[in-house]
Amino acid sequence: MSMSNPTLESLENEISEINFEQIKKKQRLKSFAKGMLFLLPSIVLFGAFLFYPLFKTIYLSFFLTNAQGETTVFVGLQNYIDMFASPVFQQSMKSTFLFVLYTVPTTVVIALFLAVLANEKLKGIGLFRTIFSSTMGISVAAASVFWLYMFHPSIGFLNKMLEIFGIDAIGWLTDPKWALLAVSATTIWMNLGFTFLILLGGLQSIDSYLYESADIDGASYFYKLRRITIPMLSPTLFFVITVTIINAFQTFGQIDILTQGGPQNTTNLIVYSIYREAFANYQFGTASAQSIVLFIIILVMTVLQFKLGERKVHYQ
Amino acid sequence: MGYIELMDISKSYNKQSNVLNGIDLNIEKGEFFVLVGPSGSGKSTLLRMIAGLEEISGGTLKINEKIVNHLPPKDRNLSMVFQNYALYPHLTVEQNILFGLNARKIDKQVQKKRLEETAKLMGLSDLLKRKPRELSGGQRQRVALARAVVSEAPLCLMDEPLSNLDAKLRANMRIEIRRLQKQLGLTMIYVTHDQVEAMTMGDRIMVLNDGVIQQVGEPITLYNKPSNLFVASFIGSPKMNLGKAVLTDDHLIIEEELKIPINSTQIETNIKNKNLIIGIRAENLPLGSNGEETYEIEVVNVEQLGNETLVSFEVGSELWTAKWLGQWLGKVGDKVPVHISIENIHFFDAHTGNLIQAASNTNKQEVVKI
Ligand SMILES: Nc1ncnc2c1ncn2[C@@H]1O[C@H](COP(=O)(O)OP(=O)(O)OP(=O)(O)O)[C@@H](O)[C@H]1O
Ligand SMILES: [Mg+2]
Repeated sequence: MSMSNPTLESLENEISEINFEQIKKKQRLKSFAKGMLFLLPSIVLFGAFLFYPLFKTIYLSFFLTNAQGETTVFVGLQNYIDMFASPVFQQSMKSTFLFVLYTVPTTVVIALFLAVLANEKLKGIGLFRTIFSSTMGISVAAASVFWLYMFHPSIGFLNKMLEIFGIDAIGWLTDPKWALLAVSATTIWMNLGFTFLILLGGLQSIDSYLYESADIDGASYFYKLRRITIPMLSPTLFFVITVTIINAFQTFGQIDILTQGGPQNTTNLIVYSIYREAFANYQFGTASAQSIVLFIIILVMTVLQFKLGERKVHYQ
Repeated sequence: MGYIELMDISKSYNKQSNVLNGIDLNIEKGEFFVLVGPSGSGKSTLLRMIAGLEEISGGTLKINEKIVNHLPPKDRNLSMVFQNYALYPHLTVEQNILFGLNARKIDKQVQKKRLEETAKLMGLSDLLKRKPRELSGGQRQRVALARAVVSEAPLCLMDEPLSNLDAKLRANMRIEIRRLQKQLGLTMIYVTHDQVEAMTMGDRIMVLNDGVIQQVGEPITLYNKPSNLFVASFIGSPKMNLGKAVLTDDHLIIEEELKIPINSTQIETNIKNKNLIIGIRAENLPLGSNGEETYEIEVVNVEQLGNETLVSFEVGSELWTAKWLGQWLGKVGDKVPVHISIENIHFFDAHTGNLIQAASNTNKQEVVKI
């Protein structure tokens, strides 16, 4: 006892001399500074090209502007009030949501179907994979022009086909009943390549042992699809759905080329409407207000998805 | 007539050269049959062909007297445990165990009963609601076993199921699997590249090398009478000491260094003056004592295992190891006498590698466990 006591005491003294709290604080500060240093480039970039325009847009949405985009009169929330009362904007919102509803589920379901097919180990499957993913390499402009010909009222392929079956020609892009569907079909076709490729990648990363084990257990094709493939693919599906929804809300190029928002504003999707407000009508205030609404919609949709999705999605 | 019969089975991938050749084999009902061989020897391939996961390129496979070459895995009435367990990561332990029963649309009541029994048997009752990633390696292993057990298939195939576990857990699981197999009366085909696992678990062992059967037999037979040099050096740890040798009229000369006197009654006469390779097990090289024929060797390495000591020394170009019981406190560089007895020596043909004469002394008095 008498031997160990002095050593114990001296140890305690030594410990009390070191101020753990202070050292820890210093270390935390240091690592914070280092972290900031690493983040600096992206903070600067985001600041210049994302946050600044965002705040500028919010600011603009409270003003009336002249044709140069300079603020003239502060109107508060009047831009927002006018906008929600405007039948054109209401039509635009309705079209946008319909468009999302038409394109997103269809794209994902078709792409999933193709990916499951292309994931089979068959001879020459590489050819089909290439074909299915080929629309990824086509620009929006090229694809739109291609479909513009397909939809052409007199020489278009679709109406030629109808003619063979003795059906009257349809004004795909000029008939208010058909225009949104036509644009949706174009968009689905264009997004299919990307979605297919991502889903195929997801399928291929599923361990083949799982299927072999299921084979031995006597699982049928659809049982395996339901109990293994879909759940194991859920993170990929979730990603694809999120990205496709955001893309759908931001659709612009094909509208501009195919319909310019017409006929009767049925394809005047929100981004196109913003574009028209700002650069055709020079109403930068209203355009900004619409942008903010779009921003909030996408934000809410994404948050909602993460909240709902997280419970269903299985991450490794 | 065995329970599983392989007749002249061969396999080639993509029409290239065969990875398995002329496999003829009978496995009895209730047998624990171990397939052992080095990496790439075709063990997994053979097992997967029996399971039906891999096409059989040639030959006939019978299970329970029926030809099954053409049957898909689910109609062969067997279960399989994969090396990486192949647990479904998104399902709970319970769902994992019941996956097969669900797929076969077995009555819910029966499922519940079997689940309870199996979980109890495997000690998984408290873990049923967990996901595989929340389990330790040993627990995952037990879930994989439970999936095989719950199917109540009479034949169970296992592909290196213990290779992901640490040494201690592995020793435990060896005993558990063995006990389970006996308890349920399963016929087991068990693949491993670990000869200790093979020796300790198998009723019979088949040694495979380069897609060719080297030897089939009981573990002790393989140890005492290895039919060729490959089996001799593969089975046993440390591996059998080998050396080139020639037999003269009254001496056996090993690696032109050791000269062991013989009398002709001990050796078949027809191997005289042939090129030989002799083999002797590490435990048959005891420290020499007075009154015995001994050879002076120089120690080049000493490994203390606590209960025994491994001593290495050079014989010609070969490095030999002797295993002495207890703790021997010699050092590297020491010169020590070693006793070599002719009864402990196996003779192999240097050209073909086949066994000519096994050691006449078979260690019966000692326990051959490592
Ligand atoms: N799908 C395949 N395509 C082509 N060759 C293959 C395939 N699977 C295995 N092989 C070849 O067949 C041989 C035997 O492979 P196998 O997997 O049966 O070896 P193994 O004995 O199980 O080895 P390990 O102990 O490493 O698991 C190897 O040479 C391997 O390269
Ligand atoms: Mg293998």
